[in-house]
Amino acid sequence: MLTPEREKKIDELLTRYPSSRSALLPALWVAQEQYGWISLELQKYLAIRLGITPEQVREVVTFYSMYNERPVGKYHLQVCCTTPCMLMGSDDVIGYLEKKLDIRRGQTTADGLFTVSQVECLGSCGTAPMLQVNREKYDENLTYEKVDALVDRLRAQAEGGNG
Amino acid sequence: MAEPVRVVSKRFGIPDSHTLGVYLEHDGYVALEKALKSMQPADVIEEVKKSALRGRGGAGFPTGMKWSFVPKDSPKPKYIVCNADESEPGTFKDRALMENDPHSLIEGCLIAAYALGSHTCYIYIRGEYGWVQDGMDAAIREAYEKGYCGKNILGTDFSCDVYTHPGAGAYICGEETALLNSLEGKRGHPRIKPPFPAVEGLYGCPTVVNNVETLATVPWIVQHGGDAFRQLGTEKSGGTRLVSVCGHVNKPGVYEIPLGYPMKDLLEKECGGIRNGNKLKAVIPGGSSVPIITAEEAYSVKLDFESIGEVGSMLGSGGVIVMDETADIFESTFRLVHFYKHESCGWCTPCRDGSDWMEQLFDRIAIGGGRQEDLALITSLGKNIEGKSHCALADALVWPITSSMKKFPEDYQRAIERSRKLLHEPAAV
Ligand SMILES: Cc1cc2nc3c(=O)[nH]c(=O)nc-3n(C[C@H](O)[C@H](O)[C@H](O)COP(=O)(O)O)c2cc1C
Ligand code: SF4
Ligand code: FES
Repeated sequence: MLTPEREKKIDELLTRYPSSRSALLPALWVAQEQYGWISLELQKYLAIRLGITPEQVREVVTFYSMYNERPVGKYHLQVCCTTPCMLMGSDDVIGYLEKKLDIRRGQTTADGLFTVSQVECLGSCGTAPMLQVNREKYDENLTYEKVDALVDRLRAQAEGGNG
Repeated sequence: MAEPVRVVSKRFGIPDSHTLGVYLEHDGYVALEKALKSMQPADVIEEVKKSALRGRGGAGFPTGMKWSFVPKDSPKPKYIVCNADESEPGTFKDRALMENDPHSLIEGCLIAAYALGSHTCYIYIRGEYGWVQDGMDAAIREAYEKGYCGKNILGTDFSCDVYTHPGAGAYICGEETALLNSLEGKRGHPRIKPPFPAVEGLYGCPTVVNNVETLATVPWIVQHGGDAFRQLGTEKSGGTRLVSVCGHVNKPGVYEIPLGYPMKDLLEKECGGIRNGNKLKAVIPGGSSVPIITAEEAYSVKLDFESIGEVGSMLGSGGVIVMDETADIFESTFRLVHFYKHESCGWCTPCRDGSDWMEQLFDRIAIGGGRQEDLALITSLGKNIEGKSHCALADALVWPITSSMKKFPEDYQRAIERSRKLLHEPAAV
């Protein structure tokens, strides 16, 4: 189910720990990188791959908030709204995004490009307000203009097909 | 005044400080060589004890003492685990350290491993810091290539592997035993202590869990001696530490300060004062989990473990959250309640259900329908959560509430009055 390079990556991960179960979190990341989310089928596959039970995979997928249990937009815009960011206007930023993309937090645009989520402190409180696209390096010190530019850039990237 | 000594941030700002070459030009791996070639493991632990270094992850436990709890005669393998989960709201210093100076963390891990007879280190990095992990991996690769990691390090018979490991978005995995479960590929539920990780940690083996900054401080201590480090701070709180300042200051960021440094100086000199010339209202001095203090207290307090204790708070993770007169303490606390409710791991009832109920109470006050009695209800609910739960996350939920109700009662009173008005006035659409 995974590309040959990703299979190799998982082989390498398995050498790092005395117990194969330990490779589960990094292996889920490798899988999510390819598919964008972790389907039940993928969970079963990883269970066999690591020699653990499907339940052991499932309990982890459902516990950790960054594993997507269903498909999300190509660009997952995760806006931090915890207190330090709130003090610096994160609520305005997420509200602006919701209006701009015409969706509420937790939803995905009809074209499948964007999902907007409210998330908790990302360790970037000194450069608030901020957001993270997928698992990329953060976009920080946001203004409405920067949000506009970011959305434009991502749209162009998607059209160019190199996203 | 003399230039303040910089220990863990001394390479910040040097171009390409993250590369091995630049690291070597600035004292890199000098301490590792010294430890491996001229010190016994016990000497290393002794220096760390002398330094009075206390953990930078939040609890402030003396590092040398923690290391000495690891049994020497255990036949089991021992592990060094670096806590790079950094998820405490207000805290962003470990990220700065790993981005600017990844090799200092690797060197700290290796020295700790040598001191404790370990041959494997795992650096557990929060899932969102994907590019930070990539940077650490690149640094680790460089270190392997040049013989600083792996087999027979620097030609000695000491061998040690260093790996990074990603989390996946769970604040609770910063709690050391939850982190160990997570590293074993399980849900991040905290374990019962004792046994402490030093005796029974990862895979049931003796394990030292230390914060990024704690470990990155160790090379300086080994190079310059524990006494030299201690003298940079106060008698009980040795050395310097990083603080990350955010909120309503002109220059938020990561700063290194000697322990005992006045908060007033930090806010005014390093951070350029409060934004727009506004008045300071409140400070949360050590990450969101510690009690809030008033402007008056902030202006008189010193940043060391003892002084900050006298105003009823803690240094915690070094995350300083600054609020000016425009902040509403009810609202800022409500958002923290939401955070802790969201991050409760669900293991035990007082925290799981209590945090949910607490959020509902705050929510009712915020949207209309709150009653005067709700304040007493919040207090009594807090009493039934604090100290009655499985781990410190529950206390971290309650402290910001009780401290802010005590120190800013007028903000809560205003919230109640607003709430009653909201109930009787139709909301504007
Ligand atoms: C809910 C909770 C979250 C924590 N999060 C972190 C964290 O993100 N990083 C960290 O270093 N320590 C965190 N800690 C503290 C760790 O449990 C542990 O004390 C620390 O990693 C020990 O390292 P130190 O002695 O070097 O500080 C947390 C504790 C609790 C209770
Ligand atoms: S106190 Fe909260 S976070 Fe800690 S174990 Fe209980 S439910 Fe989990
Ligand atoms: S509160 Fe938003 S990054 Fe910390």
